[in-house]
Amino acid sequence: MLMRCGPGCHCPSPSPSNLIPKRVTSKESCQATDGKHRQSQKMIHSLFLINCSGDIFLEKHWKSVVSQSVCDYFFEAQEKAIDVENVPPVISTPHHYLISIYRDKIFFVSVIQTEVPPLFVIEFLHRVADTFQDYFGECSETAIKDNVVIVYELLEEMLDNGFPLATESNILKELIKPPTILRSVVNSITGSSNVGDTLPTGQLSNIPWRRAGVKYTNNEAYFDVIEEIDAIIDKSGSTVFAEIQGVIDSCIKLSGMPDLSLSFMNPRLLDDVSFHPCIRFKRWESERVLSFIPPDGNFRLISYRVSSQNLVAIPVYVKHMISFKENSSSGRFDVTIGPKQNMGKTVEGVVMTVHMPKAVLNMNLTATQGSYTFDPVTKVLTWDVGKITPQKLPNLKGIVNLQSGAPKPEENPSLNIQFKIQQLAISGLKVNRLDMYGEKYKPFKGVKYITKAGKFQVRT
Amino acid sequence: MTDSKYFTTTKKGEIFELKAELNSDKKEKKKEAVKKVIASMTVGKDVSALFPDVVNCMQTDNLELKKLVYLYLMNYAKSQPDMAIMAVNTFVKDCEDPNPLIRALAVRTMGCIRVDKITEYLCEPLRKCLKDEDPYVRKTAAVCVAKLHDINAQLVEDQGFLDTLKDLISDSNPMVVANAVAALSEIAESHPSSNLLDLNPQSINKLLTALNECTEWGQIFILDCLANYMPKDDREAQSICERVTPRLSHANSAVVLSAVKVLMKFMEMLSKDLDYYGTLLKKLAPPLVTLLSAEPELQYVALRNINLIVQKRPEILKHEMKVFFVKYNDPIYVKLEKLDIMIRLASQANIAQVLAELKEYATEVDVDFVRKAVRAIGRCAIKVEQSAERCVSTLLDLIQTKVNYVVQEAIVVIKDIFRKYPNKYESVIATLCENLDSLDEPEARAAMIWIVGEYAERIDNADELLESFLEGFHDESTQVQLQLLTAIVKLFLKKPTETQELVQQVLSLATQDSDNPDLRDRGYIYWRLLSTDPVAAKEVVLAEKPLISEETDLIEPTLLDELICYIGTLASVYHKPPSAFVEGSRGVVHKSLPPRTGSSESAESPEAAPSAGQAAEQPAVIPAQGDLLGDLLNLDLGPPVSGPPLAASSVQMGAVDLLGGGLDSLLRSDVGGSPAMGGGGGFAAPGPAVPASMGAPLGSGLGDLFDLTGGVGTLSGSYVAPKSVWLPAMKAKGLEISGTFSRQVGSISMDLVLTNKALQVMSDFAIQFNRNSFGLAPAAPLQVHAPLAPNQSVEISLPLNTVGSVMKMDPLNNLQVAVKNNIDVFYFSTLYPLHILFVEDGKMERQMFLATWKDIPNENEAQFQIKDCSLSADAVSSKLQGSNIFTIAKRNVEGQDMLYQSLKLTNGIWVLAELRIQPSNPTFTLSLKCRAPEVSQHVYQAYDTILKN
Repeated sequence: MLMRCGPGCHCPSPSPSNLIPKRVTSKESCQATDGKHRQSQKMIHSLFLINCSGDIFLEKHWKSVVSQSVCDYFFEAQEKAIDVENVPPVISTPHHYLISIYRDKIFFVSVIQTEVPPLFVIEFLHRVADTFQDYFGECSETAIKDNVVIVYELLEEMLDNGFPLATESNILKELIKPPTILRSVVNSITGSSNVGDTLPTGQLSNIPWRRAGVKYTNNEAYFDVIEEIDAIIDKSGSTVFAEIQGVIDSCIKLSGMPDLSLSFMNPRLLDDVSFHPCIRFKRWESERVLSFIPPDGNFRLISYRVSSQNLVAIPVYVKHMISFKENSSSGRFDVTIGPKQNMGKTVEGVVMTVHMPKAVLNMNLTATQGSYTFDPVTKVLTWDVGKITPQKLPNLKGIVNLQSGAPKPEENPSLNIQFKIQQLAISGLKVNRLDMYGEKYKPFKGVKYITKAGKFQVRT
Repeated sequence: MTDSKYFTTTKKGEIFELKAELNSDKKEKKKEAVKKVIASMTVGKDVSALFPDVVNCMQTDNLELKKLVYLYLMNYAKSQPDMAIMAVNTFVKDCEDPNPLIRALAVRTMGCIRVDKITEYLCEPLRKCLKDEDPYVRKTAAVCVAKLHDINAQLVEDQGFLDTLKDLISDSNPMVVANAVAALSEIAESHPSSNLLDLNPQSINKLLTALNECTEWGQIFILDCLANYMPKDDREAQSICERVTPRLSHANSAVVLSAVKVLMKFMEMLSKDLDYYGTLLKKLAPPLVTLLSAEPELQYVALRNINLIVQKRPEILKHEMKVFFVKYNDPIYVKLEKLDIMIRLASQANIAQVLAELKEYATEVDVDFVRKAVRAIGRCAIKVEQSAERCVSTLLDLIQTKVNYVVQEAIVVIKDIFRKYPNKYESVIATLCENLDSLDEPEARAAMIWIVGEYAERIDNADELLESFLEGFHDESTQVQLQLLTAIVKLFLKKPTETQELVQQVLSLATQDSDNPDLRDRGYIYWRLLSTDPVAAKEVVLAEKPLISEETDLIEPTLLDELICYIGTLASVYHKPPSAFVEGSRGVVHKSLPPRTGSSESAESPEAAPSAGQAAEQPAVIPAQGDLLGDLLNLDLGPPVSGPPLAASSVQMGAVDLLGGGLDSLLRSDVGGSPAMGGGGGFAAPGPAVPASMGAPLGSGLGDLFDLTGGVGTLSGSYVAPKSVWLPAMKAKGLEISGTFSRQVGSISMDLVLTNKALQVMSDFAIQFNRNSFGLAPAAPLQVHAPLAPNQSVEISLPLNTVGSVMKMDPLNNLQVAVKNNIDVFYFSTLYPLHILFVEDGKMERQMFLATWKDIPNENEAQFQIKDCSLSADAVSSKLQGSNIFTIAKRNVEGQDMLYQSLKLTNGIWVLAELRIQPSNPTFTLSLKCRAPEVSQHVYQAYDTILKN
C-alpha cells in the first residue's frame, strides 16, 4: 500500500527512480541544481538517436541542452534487457524520464521531464520515424547522417516547445522539400533552397491533410485491402486465438478537391475500426459508407480488426513431429504444411522460421520443396517453401543434432509461419463501389485484396 | 551530395576554418558553413565559439539560412546572453514581415531563447502576434505564451497575456483553440491554484466543437482538458460522452486513450440503469483491444492502463481474454503485463483456457516469464476455487519437469494454495518432498520448510528433513532461518517425544549463535513459551491461521480512482499518483472521480460501495494484511523486516530476565492471547491479566437468584433482575440492603433499596467497592438526602463505571461492597450478572467474526444447554439484542436455525457465540468462544437469564 503524504509535505517522494541505482554524473547534477528552469513543463525535452552498438549519432534539444550522460540510464537498461527488443519503453532516471521506441535498428530516445501522456510521445516518435522513411526512402543511420540538416529542420518543424506542430507528411513536404538527386544538383546551380518559403496551404484549413492545387494528368484511385491473420495454434492443431488485422491502404492521385465515397458489400464485418482523420464519422455511423476528401498520395484509410468472436478461417495447417530423445544427442524433426479451404486461391510465399532450443547444434534435414537454412549461432531454422500445391504437400524432415551431454531441451519450439494469398480478403470483406463527387473527370479505380500471415504461430 | 560531408572537416583548426567560411562573401558558402555548424551541433559538439559569426548570417532573405541560424540560436543563446542581444533587432523586424511563415518563425524562436534580456523585447511582438490576422501566427503565439510563462511567469501575468490566451479558446480556428488549450493547461499545471482553465458549459461546448476539427495532437490536448471538467449533472456528462465517443475510432492511439480517460471518468456520473451506460461499456472494449495490435511500445503503455481499467470496471473486457494471450515473440515487458491482466480477467467461465495457456507459458525459454506464469497458476487456484484442483495438478506436472526454477516457483505457490484450502491437497506433499534437495532460492526453501512444519504430523521423516536444513543454519537467509525455527517448534509440539533434541538445537542456534535480532527474539519467545506452558505454546504456535485473500495485489480503491483520472499519463504507467514522483510538482492537485448523480443517487452510495459489497459477499476471506498472528509468529515468508537496533538491544538485555522467569506474567498475558491476537479485542483493563488456568465455578447464589425470578424484565435496555436482599438487617445492625444491577443506554447502575429496620435514625451513608474483576466502581457518591427514619425505605440508583482497579475475583463476577452509615461499616458481597457489562458496540463485522472464530483455538470453546426455552429464532435474537448480544448472521442448516452472535465486555473482551435452535426442541445449544474462556460460564448464565425472562 502506498503511503501518501499530506498536503504541504516536503518529504522526498519515493520516486520510481529509486529503483535504479543512482549514478549521477557531473552534468546530471548540474541540471539538478539549476533550480530555476528545472520545473519547466515540457512535453518532449530532447531526442537522442542511438544505434544498436550504443552510439548516439544525433541529438536534438527543443529546450535547454540535456547532457548525453542521461542516456547512460538507457544503456544500463539495454544491457539488462539483453535483447534489443526487450528494452522497456519507459525508463525513469533521477531527473528525467526516457521514453523510447525501437525502429529499424535505431532507438529513438526522448527525454521527458514531467508528467506527459507516454502514448503521445510514443506516437510522435513513430511519426518521426515514418517521416524519415518517407523523406529518405529508409529510416537508417546512414540515411539520417546523410541528411542531417534536413532531419534537423524536420524535427524543428514537427515540434515546438514540446507541442507537435506539423506531422502530416503533406504539410512537411511543402515546408521542407524532400531530397532528390535532381534537386540537389539544381539547388547547387541556382542557389535556391530546399525550404519552402510560403505557408503550407493545408496547415490551417479544415482539411489539413490535403494541399490545394493538386494536378494530375492521369487521375487514379487505388485501394489495397490487406488482411493479416494473427493466430496461435496449439499442439493438437486447434485454434487458441485468431484474429484478423486489416487495413485499407490507398494511393490517391486525383486532381482538385475530390470527395469520395467508398461502400462495402458487407460493412457489418467492420465493428472495430480506426479511421484516418479525413473520414466523416457521422456518415459512417449512419450509413456505413466511408466518405472523405482524401489526402494526396499514399495513406492508410482505415485499419480494422475482425475479432476472434467471429469465425476466422485459418488457411493452412501444419503437421509436426519434433522430439528430442532422452540421454542421446539427437532428435527428430518432421514438419508438413498443407492448405485448408481457401476459396480456390493458392497459398504462396510460405516461409517457416523456428527458434530451435539452445542445445541444438545442427540440423540435418531434407526438404521436398524449397530450401532451408539453419544458423547455428542464432539457432534459427528458416525454411523457404514457396507455393503450396495441394497435390504434393511440402515436407521437411530429418535429424536434429544436440550438444552432447546437454540435458534434453524442455521447451518445444514454436513454428512461425508466413504466407500470402493474393486476391482474397480472408474476412470476406468486399468493396462495393467508389463514387467521386466534386470533380468532373473520370478517375481510374482499382481495388486489390491480399491476405497475409501476421503473427502466426504454431506451438509444438 | 549528402550531408555527411559536413562531418568530414579536418579535426585541426576546425572552428577556425568554419569561422572563415561563415564570414565569406559568398552566400552559398555561408549557408554550407552554417550547415556544417549545425551538423556538429547534432552530434553534441560544442560550437558555441562561433556565436557572433553565425548571428551575423541572420540578416538574410534566404529562409533556409534564416531557419538554420535560428536553430543555432536556440541552442546557444543561453550560453552567450550578451551576444544574443545582437539578434533581437532582427527578431523584432521579422515579427512584422508580410510573410506569416516568417512572423510565426520569429515569434516561435524568440520564445525558445531563454535569456531574460531578450524576453523584455519579446512582449510587444508577442502581443501583436496573438492578435495576428493569420491563424498560423496566432496558434504559434499561443504556444509562445506558455514558453514565456516558463521563463518569467510574473511578466506574463503583468502583461495580461493570460487573458488574451483565454480569449483564444473562443477563436474561430480549431487549431488555435487547441494550442490555446495546450498552453493554458501547461501554465495551469504549474499553478494549480490559479483558476486558469475555468471551464463552464459554454467553453466546454466550444472545446467539443474544436475537438472535431483540429489535428490529432490538438485533440489530445482538448480531451485531457475535458477530463478535468466536472459536469454539473448526469445529463451533461452523458452529452459530453456522446460527443467524445467518436474519438475512440481515431487512428492515433494517444487520442483513443485520452478519450477513454474522459469516458471512464464521466461514466461515474451515469446511472447504471441507463441504456446509455451499457452502450458505452460496449463501445469501450474494441478500441482498447485495438491498441494491442499496435507497436510493442504502445502495447506496453496500453496494457498498463488496461490493468487499471480492468480493476475498475472488469465488465468491459471480460469477454476479451484471448487478446491477452502471449505470443512467443512479444517483448518481455509486454508478456509480463499481459499475464497480469489474464489473471485479473480469469473467472470460472474461462479458467480452462487460461490454465492451458499458462501451462504452455511455463515451458517457455524466458526465465522471468516462466516464473511469473507458474505464479499465475497459483493465483488462479486461489482466485477461482473451482479450478484449484486442476491448478494443483498442473503445478505437479510442472514439478515433474524438474526444471529447477519452475519447481521452486511451484512450491512457493503451492504453499499459498495450502493456506487458502487447508486440508485438501496435502496428498501432494510427498511429491514436494522429493524435490527438497534442488531448492536453492530462499523463498522456495522457506516455503518448503513451512509446509514440512505445518504438516509435520503427516510426514514420517519430517524431523530428518528439517534436521537436514539445520546443518547449514548459519548460511541460510534470515527468511529461511526464521521459518526453520518455527517449523521445528511446530514439529516439537506435534511430536514432542522424538524431537526434543532437535528443538533444543535450533533454539540454541537461534538465540545464542545468531546475530540477527529478529531471529533471537523469536527464539527466546518460543523457548520461554515452551518452558513455561507447553499447552499455551501449542495454542499460539499451532493456532489456526486466517485465510489469505484471493487478490493481494489489487490497487487500493481510492488510489485506483485517482489513477483512473490519470489514464494515459506516466502515473498510469507507474500506478502511482503523480504527486509521488513528478519532480517539482508544486502542490499537484489530487484528482478524484465525480460522484454519481441522478436517479440512483439515493439508492447506492457511490464508488466504495461496489468493492465493499464484493468483500461482504465473500466473508470467508480476509485481506492478507489482517493476518496478524500469521505474520507475528508463523508465516513471514516475505522479506523479513528487521527491527530498529534499539529495540534489538533492549530485547537482548531483557533476555536474562526472560529466562529467569521474571517476566512470567507478561508472557502469560500474551498466552491468553488477547492483545496481540485478538484482532481488535483484548484486555483493555490494565494490571495483571487473568491467569489462563483459572476455573469458573458456578455462582450458586446467582443461580438461585435467577431461579426465583418470574417477573417480566424491562423490554427496553438490558434485562434487569428483580431486587434481592444482599445485606440482611440482622447482619447489619438493622440496615437491610436489597438491590439489583441494570444497564441502560450504555450506563450501568446499581439499584438499591435501603431499609431502616433499626430503631434509630440512620444517616451519613457511603459506599465503596473492593477491587474486582472488571473494575466496577461507583461513579458518584451514595446520596441519601435525608436521614433514614426507622421503618423507612429509600430507593437509590447508584451509577457505576468500569474504571476502578482490577483484581481477579473468584467467582469472576463477585463484587465486595462496603457500606457505611452513622452506626458502623458493613460488608457484603454479591454477584452481578455479566450482561450489564455487554457494551453497545459489541457487534462484530461478519468477516472479522469469521476470522476471529477460526482464530480462537478450539480448546477455548465451551458448550452449554439452555433448557426449556420455546422462543423462535427471531424472538431470541431480538430479545438478546436488547441486552447487547448482537446477531451477526442467521443460517438455516438442516432445519435448525443457527444464530451467530457477538458481544463485547467493557474491558474489550469479545465473546463469540453460536446458538443452535431446533424448532421442536425446547433445549438450545450454545457454543461460546472467547480468548478468555473463564468468562464463558458467566456469559451462558446471562444468556439463560435473558432468554427465560
